[in-house]
Amino acid sequence: MSTLRALVAAIMLLVASAAFAFGPPVSADNVVAQAQSQGPKQEQQNEFTPIEQLPPQEQLPAARLLIAAYVFVLAALFLYVVSVSRRVGVVRREVQRLEADLKRTGRA
Amino acid sequence: MPKWYIPVAIVCGLMFVASPLLIANAPYEATMGLVQKIFYYHMPSAIMFLVAAVVCGIASARYLFAGAPHQDRVAWAAAELAVLFGIITLVTGPLWARKAWGVWWQWDVRLTSSLMGWMVAVAYLLVRQYGGAGSDKLAAGLALFGMANVPFIYISVNYWRTIHPATSVVPTLPVSMGFPLWFCLTAFVLLFVLLLKLRIYLEEERARLDSLYLSIEE
Amino acid sequence: MLRAIWLIVRKDLTVEVRSREIAYTTLFFAVSCVLVFAFALVREGKPPEDGAAGILWISIAFAGTLALGRTFERERQSETLRALLLAPAPRPAVYVGKLLGIVALLILAEVILVPLVSLLFQAPLLAHPFWLFAVVVTGTIGFAAVGTLFAAMLVRARSRDVLLPVLLYPITVPVIIAGVRGTAALLQPEVDLGIVRFWVALLISFDVVFVTLALWTFEPLMTD
Repeated sequence: MSTLRALVAAIMLLVASAAFAFGPPVSADNVVAQAQSQGPKQEQQNEFTPIEQLPPQEQLPAARLLIAAYVFVLAALFLYVVSVSRRVGVVRREVQRLEADLKRTGRA
Repeated sequence: MPKWYIPVAIVCGLMFVASPLLIANAPYEATMGLVQKIFYYHMPSAIMFLVAAVVCGIASARYLFAGAPHQDRVAWAAAELAVLFGIITLVTGPLWARKAWGVWWQWDVRLTSSLMGWMVAVAYLLVRQYGGAGSDKLAAGLALFGMANVPFIYISVNYWRTIHPATSVVPTLPVSMGFPLWFCLTAFVLLFVLLLKLRIYLEEERARLDSLYLSIEE
Repeated sequence: MLRAIWLIVRKDLTVEVRSREIAYTTLFFAVSCVLVFAFALVREGKPPEDGAAGILWISIAFAGTLALGRTFERERQSETLRALLLAPAPRPAVYVGKLLGIVALLILAEVILVPLVSLLFQAPLLAHPFWLFAVVVTGTIGFAAVGTLFAAMLVRARSRDVLLPVLLYPITVPVIIAGVRGTAALLQPEVDLGIVRFWVALLISFDVVFVTLALWTFEPLMTD
């Protein structure tokens, strides 16, 4: 069981690091540029209009939310596997202790 | 653990490692942009949440009416997975919604009924843990009512005015989006089976422990 | 079987009429609930918009939970539940008998609560009495159907007082929502009876599903 646990933990770590390493293949800046070029057709601008603040929709960096979501999924799955493995370990230790006791005192 | 466990675990792990690549190469959605890519994990989690609730309900029915103790273990394991996948769905959804709808949460029918379904799963675990004697049957009764909620959650979005995407989205996905989705869904199904088996294994070990205690007392 | 149901209802009614304990305490609790909401939510003499429907149903839910707990506590203390189950009455009859008793008690509470809420929150609840009656009764039956089953199941459990709300509220939320929406639809300045009919139909379908499920599972859940 401990080898299984190690294997599962290793796979989870691998997945987590892959998620960070591979991520979106382009950086956040390129993503914004791509989205804008694919965006709705606009009139050619004659002048730039400055605004003090981005409108609320544009203010939230989507990449941050996306990464948070994926990290949460992997973290939740990993924590659950750890929790179950820990509980299995506790029970197995107890079973082994009892079986050893029974063997020593002789099975009734 | 059975022989198929480790090979399936490896396949599942590899699929999860590969999934970010597939997701990154999928096209952006026209109105929602980058944040829509949460969909590829959010939707499979939601499906696994509903599947877990149904598995729990069916196992509970079989336990109540046929008395098989194995079904009781399956039900408890499925309830834990329902809580797990439910919480994943209920967190990834709002993270997506914050950008796509502008709000973290909406009290529309899909979200409300999903939250209530999740709370039923949590209540199941509370009853098993703190209910004392007879709590296995109690929880089984609860699970049956919870399962009745599941079809309501799924189809509700088609009949009520709601901001959540309808169920027609998935069948009409273009292949470029459909393939990563089905890939992730397969990975989640494999993961569900693996986790279910692992959790049932815990219950089987506990049962073994109980019978050992009983044989000592004799 | 009908005779068995009637006998059970009559038994509960007789016990209750003699002591009136559960009826009085439940009614008082429900009224206090409404008053607490009134004090908390009324600002400068103005009640919150559309608050009346929600407050009515929350009070019904809380009072109902209390009544369920008290009724089965009484059964537990005199061990009458076991006696009932040992008697040659068909099990579904025991369930239906208890259900009717609880529904009767809750409707008695609602007879007082509805005018009270109407008064305190200046809501014209009594404008369409037939539809209001339909919404309230079908909602009460749905809530009580699940509640009776769970309360009966919990009689022998540990922490039964806190477990009843834990089990009951998530399952009955659809009923409460439908009840609130139906009641709120009746409070609009121009009532759309089509909407009210929809919510009543939905409540009836909840009632059918819940009562059927409860009847089906009552037997295996009550046997050791």
